[in-house]
Amino acid sequence: MGTIRISGAEAVIRCLLEEGVDLIYGYPGGAIMPVYDELYKFQDKLHHVLVRHEQGATHAAQGYARATGKVGVAIATSGPGATNLVTGIADAQIDSTPMVCITGQVGRHLLGSDAFQETDIIGISTPVTKWNFQVTEASQIPEIIAKAFYIARSGRPGPVLIDITKNAQFDEFDFSYEKCTGIRSYNPVPKLNLDKVAEAAALINSAKKPFIVFGQGIILGQAEAEFKAVLEKSGIPAAWTILGLSALPTDHPLNVGMLGMHGNYAPNLLTNECDVLIAFGMRFDDRVTGKLSTYAKQAKVIHFEIDPAEIDKNVKTEVAVLGDVKESLAALLPLLDAKSHDLWHNEFKELAKIEYESVIKDELNPKTAGLSMGETIEMINKHSKGDAIIVSDVGQHQMFACRYAKFNSTKSNITSGGLGTMGFALPAAIGAKMGKPDREVVAIIGDGGFQMTIQELGTIFQTQVPVKIVILNNEFLGMVRQWQELFFDNRYASTKMINPNFVAIAEGYHIKSKKVTQREDLDAAVAEMLASKDSYFLEVMVEKENNVFPMIPTGACVSEIRLS
Amino acid sequence: MEDKTFTISVYSENNVGLLNRISGIFLKRHINILSLNVSESEIENVSRFIIVVNTTEKWVQNIVGQIEKQIEVIKAFYHTDEETIYLETALFKIASSLLFDEKQIQNIIKDSQSTIVTVSRDFFVISKSGRRSEIEELYQKFKPYGIMQFVRSGRISVSKEKMEISSLLETFK
Repeated sequence: MGTIRISGAEAVIRCLLEEGVDLIYGYPGGAIMPVYDELYKFQDKLHHVLVRHEQGATHAAQGYARATGKVGVAIATSGPGATNLVTGIADAQIDSTPMVCITGQVGRHLLGSDAFQETDIIGISTPVTKWNFQVTEASQIPEIIAKAFYIARSGRPGPVLIDITKNAQFDEFDFSYEKCTGIRSYNPVPKLNLDKVAEAAALINSAKKPFIVFGQGIILGQAEAEFKAVLEKSGIPAAWTILGLSALPTDHPLNVGMLGMHGNYAPNLLTNECDVLIAFGMRFDDRVTGKLSTYAKQAKVIHFEIDPAEIDKNVKTEVAVLGDVKESLAALLPLLDAKSHDLWHNEFKELAKIEYESVIKDELNPKTAGLSMGETIEMINKHSKGDAIIVSDVGQHQMFACRYAKFNSTKSNITSGGLGTMGFALPAAIGAKMGKPDREVVAIIGDGGFQMTIQELGTIFQTQVPVKIVILNNEFLGMVRQWQELFFDNRYASTKMINPNFVAIAEGYHIKSKKVTQREDLDAAVAEMLASKDSYFLEVMVEKENNVFPMIPTGACVSEIRLS
Repeated sequence: MEDKTFTISVYSENNVGLLNRISGIFLKRHINILSLNVSESEIENVSRFIIVVNTTEKWVQNIVGQIEKQIEVIKAFYHTDEETIYLETALFKIASSLLFDEKQIQNIIKDSQSTIVTVSRDFFVISKSGRRSEIEELYQKFKPYGIMQFVRSGRISVSKEKMEISSLLETFK
């Protein structure tokens, strides 16, 4: 392969282009200026989005990655630029999002001298990255960036950080690029053991009350079709985790809803009734399992998983099937008996009725004067017809969005699941819309989280990216307030929010906006928002002290799920 | 599940920063490392970490899983004391005068099968390799006479069973 003599900074850009990157999010600064200088030269090939804070760059890259399945890229300078990335990196790590972050670093001769804007970002980011590396020589750049993309996207995806000293950006070297196809110490996809698949199939076929729980692994593994086929042949009821949302259409007859703390009544309760529990691409997070010592103890557990470290980590398995879930589902399908499990389904339906009567009915048709979060989400469903990408922040509104939003197609739910990062949704929605410009992207955000990354309205204004923003404003940090009400005797410590005029702020950024305070105005406002070709900001004033139910209190058993 | 002593063996690439990555796995779980030794393994450029911890088997499984997940880790194992051959080395620095004034010192050296590394006018240095208990015992014997300095290495060990990694490492040669 031929080489050309270029600077390390130019090599960074050429490496990104070689990896198929055409969009990156970032913020310039001293130690990354050589790379920005090259970005200026390559601006027709590589589009750089200037965010308003580096955290926004990571969340935008995450939103892009989650909506497209491609690697998101964020770039920042050394010191505070790099440390501002950390929250997004940690979020991507726990939610298995493929992302490459590139940070500038002081020159090699200054490393360890406490130079201006020097920080040990390798040390800081180590526990929250899948891999990280400090480049101190220009000639290392192609190999390291190739490795970064390979590691970020392969196996169980995750974030990678590459720190590049300023001298390595300036120095020239003979550049050539070769994609990384393997690393000898890294086995991203364990080889599928067909005996294990057969063992799993036999156990599933013999089950009287089998129950499937599935997570983001189905989406990351692009195994939606294979999963649906297995589901439909086996006739087994299936529940999704928060990150598994949209891997299956919401209204699929075998979809029995969401697991976990604020999930649906039936799947949580019947977790402790099933005889075989089959998990696909999920990791038995504590928000899903509740008290582990009483979680599905009666059931034999089968775990289909790509990451060996997840096997038996929280829940002891009877059969573990390691490998790529797309491949294992395809191998499983012909071994399964076709069944319908009608009586077992009836148990789910009966419990779903109870949940509808005691929770959902009032949420969607509230008797209160104030609007409910649930009816707002339902109104968005009505106008989007379930075709929108829903990007939610963290808190009560997130749980309402995840419980009530309808999804017709995969990669339509983008939320901060594992880390619970308030401030995630606004920048993530920017990334999702840029990654999927043909789809409607609706960010659903609380009044608290919105103010954590509110400055990204500036990015929306500057780029004219047409995202739709819905603020569900209850003038409280609602989830914490709910806990204070239920577990801290109504002592509302620091959860009351005195908010600014959000509409005026949005208008300051020249974003079309509207505030809804009355039920009769909601329908038209949502319709207008979704009809808008431009970005649109909709503030909905909701009941101040509504709670999200059902709820499994922390440390309680899944079958202790409360309806009120 | 009760706490036991486990020896964790990690084969990895010899890269800067990996020690930080591995030690963070223990830190995150609040597990104290009793001893740590890093050296080159039987294969060039492949490092071998020997980490000793006192914890439950469930935790050690979890930790080994997390260690093995690191990109630059080739393989990680854990063993109980019964499954390994292991020892530590200790150095004792003692005043030379004692060698002549205290007859018993010479007997202790002979009986413990330790070796004299160096002798100078002011001090001599004894090295002893063996199990922790043997070193402890020797320490207790020297203690009444006065020890100027004492240091003990981390545990090094090899497994009794063949490590599954041997054939994999062959391909790295």
